[in-house]
Amino acid sequence: MTAIDNATAPNVGRSRLRKEDARLVTGRTNFTDDIRLPGMLHMAVVRSPMAHAKVTNVDLSGALDMPGVVAAFSGADLADDAGAVPCVWPVTEDMVEPEHKALAIDEVAHVGDGVAVVLATSRALAVDAAERVHVDYDPLPAVVDMKSAIADGAQLAHTSLDTNVSYEWPLVTGDPEEVFGNADIVIEREFINQRLVPSAMEPRSVVASPMGVSDEFTLWSSTQIPHIVRVLMAMTVGISEAKLRVIAPDVGGGFGSKLQFYSEEVLAVVVAQRLGRPVKWTPGRSEDIQSTHHGRDQVQRISLAMDADGRFRGLKVDLLADMGAYLQIITPGTPLLGAFMYSGIYKLDCYDFRCRGVFTNKTPTDAYRGAGRPEATYAIERIVDEAAHELGMDPMELRQRNWIRHDEFPYDMIAGLTYDSGNYEAATARAMELFDYEGRRAEQRERRDGDDAKQLGIGISTFTEMCGLAPSRVLGSLRYAAGGWEHAQIRILPTGKAEVITGTSPHGQGHVTAWSQIASDALGIPFEDIEVRHGDTSVAPRGLDTYGSRSLVVGGYAVHEASLKVVEKARRIAAHLLEADENDLEFTGGVFHVAGAPEQSKSMQEIAWATFSPHDAPDGMEPSLDSDAAIDPENFSYPHGTHLALVEVDTETGRVELLDYVSVDDVGKVVNPQIVEGQVHGGLAQGIAQALYEGAVYDDAGNLNTGSFVDYYVPGAPDLPTFRTDRTETPATTNPMGVKGVGEAGAIASTPAIMNAVIDALRPMGVNEVLMPASPRNVWTAMQQARQAGSADDHDVQEADGRAADAADDGGGAANAGEAQHAGGHAGSTEGGDA
Amino acid sequence: MEISINVDGSTHTADVEPRTLLVHHLREHVGLTGVNVGCDTSNCGACTVHLDGQSVKSCTVLAVQADGREVTTIHGMATDEADESTWHPLQTAFHEQHGLQCGYCTPGMIMAAADLLKDNPDPTEEEIRDGLEGNLCRCTGYVNIVRAVQQASGQAVDNPTAEEVSA
Repeated sequence: MTAIDNATAPNVGRSRLRKEDARLVTGRTNFTDDIRLPGMLHMAVVRSPMAHAKVTNVDLSGALDMPGVVAAFSGADLADDAGAVPCVWPVTEDMVEPEHKALAIDEVAHVGDGVAVVLATSRALAVDAAERVHVDYDPLPAVVDMKSAIADGAQLAHTSLDTNVSYEWPLVTGDPEEVFGNADIVIEREFINQRLVPSAMEPRSVVASPMGVSDEFTLWSSTQIPHIVRVLMAMTVGISEAKLRVIAPDVGGGFGSKLQFYSEEVLAVVVAQRLGRPVKWTPGRSEDIQSTHHGRDQVQRISLAMDADGRFRGLKVDLLADMGAYLQIITPGTPLLGAFMYSGIYKLDCYDFRCRGVFTNKTPTDAYRGAGRPEATYAIERIVDEAAHELGMDPMELRQRNWIRHDEFPYDMIAGLTYDSGNYEAATARAMELFDYEGRRAEQRERRDGDDAKQLGIGISTFTEMCGLAPSRVLGSLRYAAGGWEHAQIRILPTGKAEVITGTSPHGQGHVTAWSQIASDALGIPFEDIEVRHGDTSVAPRGLDTYGSRSLVVGGYAVHEASLKVVEKARRIAAHLLEADENDLEFTGGVFHVAGAPEQSKSMQEIAWATFSPHDAPDGMEPSLDSDAAIDPENFSYPHGTHLALVEVDTETGRVELLDYVSVDDVGKVVNPQIVEGQVHGGLAQGIAQALYEGAVYDDAGNLNTGSFVDYYVPGAPDLPTFRTDRTETPATTNPMGVKGVGEAGAIASTPAIMNAVIDALRPMGVNEVLMPASPRNVWTAMQQARQAGSADDHDVQEADGRAADAADDGGGAANAGEAQHAGGHAGSTEGGDA
Repeated sequence: MEISINVDGSTHTADVEPRTLLVHHLREHVGLTGVNVGCDTSNCGACTVHLDGQSVKSCTVLAVQADGREVTTIHGMATDEADESTWHPLQTAFHEQHGLQCGYCTPGMIMAAADLLKDNPDPTEEEIRDGLEGNLCRCTGYVNIVRAVQQASGQAVDNPTAEEVSA
């Protein structure tokens, strides 16, 4: 703990306790489902039990006869009012996109696709009545597996399309043909980033009210993006944007899953308009798992070309990204956020990336904590470990040989980004010291030599990410429809207190506290005297909301800039009141002094009152200190870090235990260390969960087998250790605060660290791949396959002629063990962890 | 069916359908916001309350089963919710150790932790983790929740980022 003198210390850099907590720890919350309005109706959605079918008839009469039922509508009934649910990122000119109505009309495309709604006076009555809606389905073949979906003659996920490939998106730099043709060593692997269910603890919820508190239409939604929902709702249902107020009240976590414009938001608005009554929709968890977008679900084929001494030369990535049944708000763009991150922190001469977006009859995918970047980081950090194994080199040494040195920044990456700053040496040195890397390697050798049934594995991840979405010009060049700016306004109240209006929309991140710290230091107004307002388009009218670790880097920066503008206005008034030259005034601790005459001073509070009662204002000056700032960054920010994991793998049962986890992150300047550590912890838990516990599993008919928390294993407290975290601080040069963003770092870095550790433990058995999650079953399967494949340490270095040398050995024609395990049964072998 | 339940010290009488879950009764009829629903399957623990002093997931109890009994929710943990000095030590500890982010699991987590500390006033880290197994949190990774329970039980807490303010 650090002792702080509360009165004089600056706020930025301190672990101020959160202002948000008082309501949350006492239960005085306002989550969307807590909202109850007079005359409110409850909406239940009738959902398809089939992955793919023609809808031949929807009979609502059974529901309409039930007590308490006020109305029921089919997709056809609402077709004229509810426009198509939009995708805002058409990644290529010729991207193929199926129509996506808020309710399906003729054809359902995944289990959980909505076909009708029922409105009743209570939720229980609405759910009961929804059971009485009779829908006739004419089953169609379900497309579940991406590789089957792209094969010749494949069944189609949508009968209205003539392909399952939505788009193909390439990125080639340098001369891959030359580099790969002449490389000493080429390693090729296939990795599976399994499908995940984001699982925010608060299920989604929507309340739409045509009456609201004024004559606006008001929509409350458990969303990360009230501002984006407002504009899209206006464009989708034809309601005037000026007459629509969107409120994100308390929001119980998002992790990307509430960065979405959902059918149920449209349905609630359209039905509330039709009936002239407030409408609420709150799903149960199983309905939420079917109807809230999923994350990841990619097949990654990656090749690394290098010199005989381990110097990396080129990288090829061929990606299949499962879109699910529809293109949601940024479904097609999500894997492409990874396109720029496959090179990680490494210097390369060429890059050949291709992504194909593939339709299947499953719940749509979209952003999930990291959104494209965890997948990229997983693939590069995994293949670097494979390369080290082939070279017989320590995996950390190979990384050091190839990463960008601190003195080489700024550095133009092969994938097109310019990394402004970083110090991989410092973060790594600190992590290795905390972890006792050499000591742990010695322990590992002892266990190996002793032929212990429980083997130790050490996993490394030296990651970076692009944060702070985003420069609008870059987004535009990638065909994203919106920009990436953020807005803040400072309002100075007559009593000298301040309101900070932010366009970010927090749902657990602590913006109220952190923005208070930033504004307090810049304005010289006490932390306690600052109120932060957010998440309501009438209160905070401009903004682009919270996702992509952007809030501090763009939104916090806007708070800082708006605060500085206030100070400049105040300086002019202070100079006038003190009859001094503006340039002779010094501003410290919220007080303007005349240089050399400290007794002549005006505090911010005095200036606030003098502005409210401008009896003696400077000529021509508006009587207002209030200031706005809209920030559009010129570059992303690039947090990085070194993470080290120690696992113990029971070679008799396949059970993995995580013994220790050390993370040293460099997120630049830190506003609140305790909040930053909390973000790292949460990210680590989610990334580790992907590696060890979680996986959404569909059967061959497209049924979601992991449709509740009984089957989808969100880890609990006993499943995770106490993480040991530390930081290095290399300020970003892309913003004046030197901040980088932290929301996604832990989730991006930890998955490969864990999997590298699991595989490291099993190397002596010849294991070079284990499918995620590394459940006992998946680990055991990998060990069995390695045993069957024969002796340990078969060479899997690919010769320069481009043929996988280990293909025959590892999996009956599969190019590596991962593909073989995948082919061995995707449903069974990706079963959730049962630890 | 008419039932009468003492909720946080006040008696609430209501006519409920026999199928009504206690959690729905507390939310919809008693009007409480500090009892949340996070799943359908009794996995998440967001709805945890005390029934006659014992922690239960209020989604696994029918409202009629609580007839004539005492229910304590998060709202009954502080004598004055608006006054931090009257908070339960766990509420203070969750705040000071940053044991919450979005806050959705927090009421249930605190109620489960209170029951844990009643049975085991000086738990080890492992006992805390095992004791909270039935309560899921997606935000914190549990580290700061464990620290909060340690603080509330009077143990020294190793929290490198917390600051000690000398006012």
